[in-house]
Amino acid sequence: MTNRKKENAVILFQEEIASGIFSLWLKAEAASQAKPGQFISMYTNDGSRLLPRPISICEINQAKGALRVVYRVTGPGTGTELFSRMKAGDVIPVIGPLGNGFPLECAEGRRVFLIGGGIGVPPILELAKQLNCGKKQIIVGYRDKETFLRDEFEENGELYISTEDGSVGTKGNVLDAIRENGLEADLIYACGPTPMLRALQAYAAENKIECYLSLEERMACGIGACLACVCRTKEKDHHSNVNNKRICKDGPVFLSTEVEL
Amino acid sequence: MNMKVNIAGVEWKNPVTVASGTFGSGEEFSEFVDLNRLGAVTTKGVANIPWEGNPTPRVAETCSGMMNAVGLQNPGIDLFCKRDIPFLKKYDTRIIVNVCGKSTEDYCEVVERLADEDVDMLEINISCPNVKEGGIAFGQNPKAAEDITKAVKKYAKQPVIMKLSPNVTSIAEMAKAVEAGGADAVSLINTITGMKIDIHRKTFLLANKTGGVSGPAIHPIAVRMVYEAANAVKVPVIGMGGIATAEDAIEMILAGASAVSVGTANFYDPGVTMKIVDGIEEYMRRQGFETVSDMVGIVK
Repeated sequence: MTNRKKENAVILFQEEIASGIFSLWLKAEAASQAKPGQFISMYTNDGSRLLPRPISICEINQAKGALRVVYRVTGPGTGTELFSRMKAGDVIPVIGPLGNGFPLECAEGRRVFLIGGGIGVPPILELAKQLNCGKKQIIVGYRDKETFLRDEFEENGELYISTEDGSVGTKGNVLDAIRENGLEADLIYACGPTPMLRALQAYAAENKIECYLSLEERMACGIGACLACVCRTKEKDHHSNVNNKRICKDGPVFLSTEVEL
Repeated sequence: MNMKVNIAGVEWKNPVTVASGTFGSGEEFSEFVDLNRLGAVTTKGVANIPWEGNPTPRVAETCSGMMNAVGLQNPGIDLFCKRDIPFLKKYDTRIIVNVCGKSTEDYCEVVERLADEDVDMLEINISCPNVKEGGIAFGQNPKAAEDITKAVKKYAKQPVIMKLSPNVTSIAEMAKAVEAGGADAVSLINTITGMKIDIHRKTFLLANKTGGVSGPAIHPIAVRMVYEAANAVKVPVIGMGGIATAEDAIEMILAGASAVSVGTANFYDPGVTMKIVDGIEEYMRRQGFETVSDMVGIVK
């Protein structure tokens, strides 16, 4: 029944952790239900910018009722820039948690890749913290030496880094890091830009590995009603009755074999 | 004082419904709003067969609004009748089914299929700017609009609301045309065709190139068109376009709308319809209006 609402989250702490990348802790009721891989819709307080910014959850502190999001400022005059200027005590309207999140049960005893690329890196952190698995191999890809969240990842698994410019770890992308280090897995979780997800989808198919991908698309409602953020599916979806699934509601995490990227 | 309104012979408990396409068939919103408190739920458009809609990106934010080109993705009338109508029947609200199609035959097929279903009203979408065939093609020519109204009226068992496009020279002429075709009510405005360009990627922001602009930015345009339509026809007008507050809704009613639809605001505040229902009631109490119809079109 009517048990959900837009709430006013209060900023506990905000800092810039790399150029244009901000880490924000929010006190929000949404924290009590949140799972790794879910996201929140964040709204500006500017009436000319109405749509939510869907931002993945980076860390969850249920004891404190707090959520951490790490986001990129997408340019001057954007909603994310407005968020970046806000201080502790300021209020950000949010709805969440939204989406399905990563399935955790299937990891037990298995060798796992936890892969993040670019601004898809943050949700991998809470996943790494909560995942109960055999070999926990975290592979994260960055542009350059600004390897944000690196220390937190090191505490939560075996960490491998790739950078586009080669300044840290393997030069290239996350797949280059996997090959250079001779890594193997029976299960993959990943979040990042579409070209990376597409490459992982092919890698998983080639090596017959179960693989979960977290997708992204422009959204309007975030709750599954507007049908803006759809992705193509191989089979007909039971809800839409066509080959489309809703990223906000049926995802953002999908089995790599069910979606077309 | 009471909030009831009578739209083409159908009594709603209050004058507030939702704009088609912004509320699904209500299920997703039922976690956020008490559907029993809406005058009616207007469903997302449904066609005779499932439609896949347009490629993504389908939406973009615009100043005080948004632009969409979803392209009427829908599951088709069979699944809709099996799943969506039974869901809505659990609630004490009126059901308005929005109907879309690519040809006159498509529209008539859906309307005929709905004749035996327990729904209260039909809204015929002849104003979607985001599909290549049908949609707006019927809504920009008075003769075509009159003809399709006549055609669906032959099959309809429920009152028919014709949903009009603002992308016309004279909304009054279009309203008169569908009235002449036998429309029981008109609803307006659908979205206004727009375009947004990504200057960094040097391409269109929406995959469809153009999209329909909605949200508070278009509210004054909608109020003007509701006023013109309401003064041109005798059938009731359902006003929509950028309503985000009770004040916005009341403006529409004073301009001539017998009921209002809340659209884009549902996306950024899923509970907004409840505040609008409460706000209209509060205004009526404060201003001493006994009924909603006492307010309709009093600004001349």
